[in-house]
Amino acid sequence: MPDTIKRAPVSQQPFKVEKPQDLNTIGGMISIEINEKKVSVPLGTTIYEACKENQIHIPTLCHHPDLCIAGVCRVCVVEVEGMRTLQASCSFPITASIKIKTTSELVRKARRNIIDLLLSEHHGECYACVKNKNCELQTLAQEYGVDKMRYGHISAPIHEVDNSSTSVIRDMNKCILCRRCVRTCIDLQEVGVLEAISRGDKTVIGTFYDKSLQDVICINCGQCINRCPTGALYSNDPSDEIWQAIDDPTKHVVIQTAPSPRAAIGEEFGQPPGKSFTPELNTALKRIGFDRVFDTNFTADLTIHEEGTELLHRLKKALVDKDESVKLPQFTSCSPGWIKFIEHFYPEYLDYLSTAKSPQQMFGAIIKTFYAQEEGIDPKDIVSVSLMPCSAKKFECNRPEMNSSGFKDVDYGLTTRELGKMIREAGINLPELPKTGFDEPFGEASGAGLIFGATGGVMEAALRTVYELVTGREVPFENLRIEVCRGFEGIKEASVKLENVLPDYSFLEGVEVKFMVAHGTANAKQVMELLKAGKLSDVHFIEIMACPGGCLGGGGQPIPTSEEIRKQRAKAIYAEEEGLPIRKSHENPHVKFIYEKFIPEGPCSELSHKLLHTHYTKRGRYII
Amino acid sequence: MEAKINKTHREGAVLFSPYDAGSSIKKALEVGRENILFEVRESKIKGRGGAGFPTATKWMLVAAAKADKKYIVCNADEGEPGTFKDRVLLTEYPDLVFDGMVVAGYTIGAEIGILYLRGEYIFMLEQLEDYLISMRQNNLLGKNILGKEGFNFDISIRLGSGAYVCGEETALIESLEGHRGEPRNRPPYPVNTGYMGYPTVVNNVETLASISKIITKGADWFKTHGTEKSTGSKLFSVSGDCKKPGVYELPWGTTLNELIKIVDAENTKAIQVGGASGVCIPKSQFDRQLSYEDASTGGSIMIFNESRKMLHVLKNFMDFFVEESCGQCTPCRIGNVKLLECVERIEKGEYTFSYINSMKDLSRTMQVASKCGLGQSSPNPFLSILENFKDEIFRSKENGVSHA
Repeated sequence: MPDTIKRAPVSQQPFKVEKPQDLNTIGGMISIEINEKKVSVPLGTTIYEACKENQIHIPTLCHHPDLCIAGVCRVCVVEVEGMRTLQASCSFPITASIKIKTTSELVRKARRNIIDLLLSEHHGECYACVKNKNCELQTLAQEYGVDKMRYGHISAPIHEVDNSSTSVIRDMNKCILCRRCVRTCIDLQEVGVLEAISRGDKTVIGTFYDKSLQDVICINCGQCINRCPTGALYSNDPSDEIWQAIDDPTKHVVIQTAPSPRAAIGEEFGQPPGKSFTPELNTALKRIGFDRVFDTNFTADLTIHEEGTELLHRLKKALVDKDESVKLPQFTSCSPGWIKFIEHFYPEYLDYLSTAKSPQQMFGAIIKTFYAQEEGIDPKDIVSVSLMPCSAKKFECNRPEMNSSGFKDVDYGLTTRELGKMIREAGINLPELPKTGFDEPFGEASGAGLIFGATGGVMEAALRTVYELVTGREVPFENLRIEVCRGFEGIKEASVKLENVLPDYSFLEGVEVKFMVAHGTANAKQVMELLKAGKLSDVHFIEIMACPGGCLGGGGQPIPTSEEIRKQRAKAIYAEEEGLPIRKSHENPHVKFIYEKFIPEGPCSELSHKLLHTHYTKRGRYII
Repeated sequence: MEAKINKTHREGAVLFSPYDAGSSIKKALEVGRENILFEVRESKIKGRGGAGFPTATKWMLVAAAKADKKYIVCNADEGEPGTFKDRVLLTEYPDLVFDGMVVAGYTIGAEIGILYLRGEYIFMLEQLEDYLISMRQNNLLGKNILGKEGFNFDISIRLGSGAYVCGEETALIESLEGHRGEPRNRPPYPVNTGYMGYPTVVNNVETLASISKIITKGADWFKTHGTEKSTGSKLFSVSGDCKKPGVYELPWGTTLNELIKIVDAENTKAIQVGGASGVCIPKSQFDRQLSYEDASTGGSIMIFNESRKMLHVLKNFMDFFVEESCGQCTPCRIGNVKLLECVERIEKGEYTFSYINSMKDLSRTMQVASKCGLGQSSPNPFLSILENFKDEIFRSKENGVSHA
């Protein structure tokens, strides 16, 4: 039964017919006719799925593999014998021996009429559109023979573009009301910022009281961007400013690159998902003109030190000092979408968050302090760019507290898609480039930092380090693969028992460290509700990423996205990781060097708190 | 105000005939569920809201469904332009309606009935609530109704907010659940997944009122009225150019010519049957019958005399649909705008016949590809008025010169 209270209204939900477990039982399979060809499909399959199985492509627009069914665009209609009207194939479950026609005259005319109608309301300025050549409406118009603007065309924009947000820009002139963003926001992410407002021809997708996006509880995850079929939603692109900085000889422009973009940037250049282009990307960045190319994985290793130490401190306080004010479980704080989510929806639980900054911000702080000092560059002349899979990182680097160097720690957050555009603009075809490594002095990072890109990665990296720190032995998993952390299950839960610990950590002897991993804020919400209900008192550490699949499914990653694509990206990340010489954060020699030279008191010390830790803001659900 | 309205209805043979409040409930509890279903099926009654779905089939599907809860919803959203018969039933004959709901609840196994009342009918809320209180006092609602052990049933009233589309049963259910009133995908049908996900019967006010009569007087009596396929009588809300507008109870099968005489209309040029989403019938076809098999209607009859300009009539209807489309599906949301645009261009004389034909083509798409009945039927007036009054519309000097 659909949950009608919390999630998308039933009008936006599919009719679920339970598919039989054993398809060989009577009634398990059902025989139907598609275009006069007899085929057999499992009971409850939608017409769309059945046709796909049988190599018949049915156009869709509001349908998305990650989202619940809406049946609103009507592009996918087909003829079902005996039915008065055409049926939306995406939402029609097959429960009887029906006869389907997918290309009859009625269907073809309807499809073309519907696409024509959509075009008549779409301010299509294709050559100036961020989605040019990657637009589903454009493709449909081409595939289904739209030859003229039969029902007219909007020649000038009607709606004002909302570019108030640091992360997500909304241009309703291009919106075709497929409501994928609405379903993404309320159903996939359970945030609920966007909804259809007004009625009839005045219907628009809007926010609460039609406020601008910066004034509502948007968490900037950008998942709506990833699913928008047109260019109505896109990220706030800083590439022009970055080009300007590169052109300016007085500026020293550095870029740090996060692990996920490397596993996905190939898709921007026509490569199939699941191939990493780390060394080629480094070359491309150099050729574009960045003075230094650094690896964010380096500060991911640093994060593990800080966050791991913080966890041990909390555990000690709780177990030895019996301090009841200690907040456990400790939540990770790397995902800025998650941070804004908890600030809005669970502001009373901010103390549970690790105070460690995200790897992006740690790097930002280090570049404008230690790096500037080492290289003898005035930090005001450094322009620090970060390549991220994420739209929320743009918000994060603009948070007012992120200036521990005295300057804005990270100047620009750049997404994978935006960098793809820059690379193309520079006339570079990424896949054919020679390979280059990262620049010193942060040239080396561990595989533990790399797997931050996939859900469960932070947990796996932390376990590798914390376990070894406490027991003096490697984690007891073959080839360091902590499989319980991997995979796309919404919420994962496991534990590791600490035995024969080192003397310093005797208070942890026999302790079963319980941890959880969740990705996507809908799952995060479930975890928070458990916490609220007091059911997580025995859990010690929880990793949460705002985006489905973790960073590799971030709001700045190449479009399209689907679970299959995200799985391929994860595969690429894990494969690259196994080939790296160092796979534990605490073995990264450069991190050791940073601590020895700059933060001799070690993780969670006063200086590290000043540079590498942060605080959060109670935002609440209502912004006045 | 109220008194004036209620003078407008005329005595009739079925609904507007004497009835003892509570008698259908008493009878229903005596004969039992199977016999009620049998009687309703035998009566061949179809839904009075306009769609004409056999009521017995709906009830049987829900009665047979296995679920923790079931609901009976009375659709009193009466939003079709030109319909005001439910208003008469609810103000004058609440006993028929609410008794029908109790009978339905008993038959399908529901414990809760909901009256979804059109927002504009808030003026009758107090009176209806009072009536429900008196029903509770008489044990026609509440626990162990009329001493029937284990039969608990109560009715609550919920107000709509003025959206036409909420008369569509799935949009009505969305609205009841507190969401934006938008039609759902079908399947699943409400009989399977309705209010709060439970099997739900949604019946029109008049359907439920008729049930009370069928139960007390029997299916055979009911079938003596009307035609073979359209049994019983129907309330028609007659408005427009006639001397005696009002609500009439007439047997199905009455011809338009007969109707014109009854309501005393002169110089009639056209009759819009079935409200804005119905069809417009010209004088030459006034021998047609009002029935499910011929000129079908949920009750709305609008009469236009020779002084009316049919293009203006059409424009008014299209204006209505542009505003009342829920905005969800493409064909209805944008299609209606294009049809209205077409009417405006005809007005100005800025059209070609190939353009008109492409608009008719679009209408066909809207009829088959829209998500719900609203978009599927909104091109009806467009097609029927352009077809039946083409001489007036396209040859009139007033509408400019055709460029075809």
